[in-house]
Amino acid sequence: MIEVVNLTKRYGDKKAVNNISFKAEDGEVLGFLGPNGAGKSTTMNILTGYISCTDGKALIDGIDILEDPVKAKKLIGYLPEIPPLYVDMTVKEYLYFIYDLKKCKLPKISHLKDICQLVKIENVYNRMIKNLSKGYRQRVGLAQALVGNPKTLILDEPTVGLDPNQIIEIRTLIKKLGKNHTVILSSHILSEVQAVCDRIVVINEGKIVANDTEENLSQKLSNEHKLTAKIEGETEKVLRSIKSIKGVMTAECIMQHKNGVGTYSIEASEKTDIRKELFTRIAKNGWYLLELKTSELSLEDIFLKLTMGEHVDLTGSDDEEEAED
Amino acid sequence: MGAIFRREVRSYFTSPIGYIFLAAFYAYTGIMFSSYSLESGYTKLDSLFGSLLIIIVVLVPILTMRTISEEKRSKTDQCLLTAPVGLGSIVVGKFLAAFLIYLLAVSITVVLAVVVSVYGSPDWNVVVGNIVALALVGGAYISIGILCSSFTENQVVAAVASFIALLLCSFLSTIANILPFEWLQAACGKISFGERYYSFTYGVFDFSNVVFFISAVAVFLFLTVRVLERRRWS
Repeated sequence: MIEVVNLTKRYGDKKAVNNISFKAEDGEVLGFLGPNGAGKSTTMNILTGYISCTDGKALIDGIDILEDPVKAKKLIGYLPEIPPLYVDMTVKEYLYFIYDLKKCKLPKISHLKDICQLVKIENVYNRMIKNLSKGYRQRVGLAQALVGNPKTLILDEPTVGLDPNQIIEIRTLIKKLGKNHTVILSSHILSEVQAVCDRIVVINEGKIVANDTEENLSQKLSNEHKLTAKIEGETEKVLRSIKSIKGVMTAECIMQHKNGVGTYSIEASEKTDIRKELFTRIAKNGWYLLELKTSELSLEDIFLKLTMGEHVDLTGSDDEEEAED
Repeated sequence: MGAIFRREVRSYFTSPIGYIFLAAFYAYTGIMFSSYSLESGYTKLDSLFGSLLIIIVVLVPILTMRTISEEKRSKTDQCLLTAPVGLGSIVVGKFLAAFLIYLLAVSITVVLAVVVSVYGSPDWNVVVGNIVALALVGGAYISIGILCSSFTENQVVAAVASFIALLLCSFLSTIANILPFEWLQAACGKISFGERYYSFTYGVFDFSNVVFFISAVAVFLFLTVRVLERRRWS
């Protein structure tokens, strides 16, 4: 378990991390999300004892990282933003070194072999690290964090520089590891956090702006009065019928499919639920309701809303997604 | 500490630094030996040992320049500083590795003493005393070099800084001659590494000098630990 209490880190006048508190339970994958320079790496560096905090404390399994650093560090596997690799060593030599450095007690050869299988670096085991590609270096970095099978893993942007296939592999791996480790993972890639994490902490300018499960976050900010429906029926009649429902402000057909199926975007006035009425009308007219969903916010929207203030237009999620890409 | 020591020793020999250091030291010692002893048929080794101080001043910075600066530059310090080892063990591990390479270099003087013993009988007590002195002064200089390396991310800056520092330490008493006050000159003479080293080459094995060098090692390694510690707080 990792617990952070009122953590503050000051660089001169600038507060890189400003009084943040959060908790990651055992067997939880916690996503640490924020734009570049939000204080993600600083927090992780404090958690791992690389730098110290100005105020507050960080507890690893109840052990204060500043009070008993050696004991606390034994419980942590850390993959920094730039994997700390000695490029003049082979992967094998490097992992042997890390094994000795961490004073591991596990059976050396089989333990390292397991890790290499897990992160898929057996085929480069005897190659010099300086000759490895970015993706392989990242994996060796991950392997290094896994040596000694530490209870908690702290991974700073673990999928940076990997190709899409590798990203999926590493994400699957992290999910797998999350079952019996506490994992904290930082990222500025929203879909990544969405895909891997149980809980999300959003940080901006050194402050936590949200701390919740991914579902809850979207739910909190969701807008039930905005619906998307897929209806089979004559477009104009359907539209007329929808618009006549009490409370509907706008309704339009945003896409026409085959066989008279259309996707409609419906906006009712706030705090009115028109779903039941909509269903009855469609059924009465002999049309078919193929799909009905509230236009839930994607993480992108939440993120923008939380970090940019309230004035962001939450309906324009599609446009924003494109802008993000 | 063991892991860091082994990695460091290995890295001296996977990069050219270890070889350059040893080759330069052996070459210089060989030249000095042939001109002081072989050419002139002089069986005492005092002038040879006396002449070695300057090459140590030149070569030790090469040995120590990358110890900490390179870790910082390539961010591998993150791996060391987040591993369950104390800062002290990291610094001492690095010191011992550099010191081992240094001892490998210095050990050539044993060979030279044996060569001399074929032609005459060197005073073995003095030879052993000198080798110990060489080891001591080298240890102190390596710890200064490591301290300099901990200040910067740039190897060249580290090398130049430690070269200047070692030059000062070695010739402090000579430089002190231009100082206006006599007590200041005397004080500089007392803390001059060179002065204390030369007293060994004259055949005087003064225990206070041994203590001085060992304390210097301890002080500079301690300061290095403090520099690393301070960086975490800044």
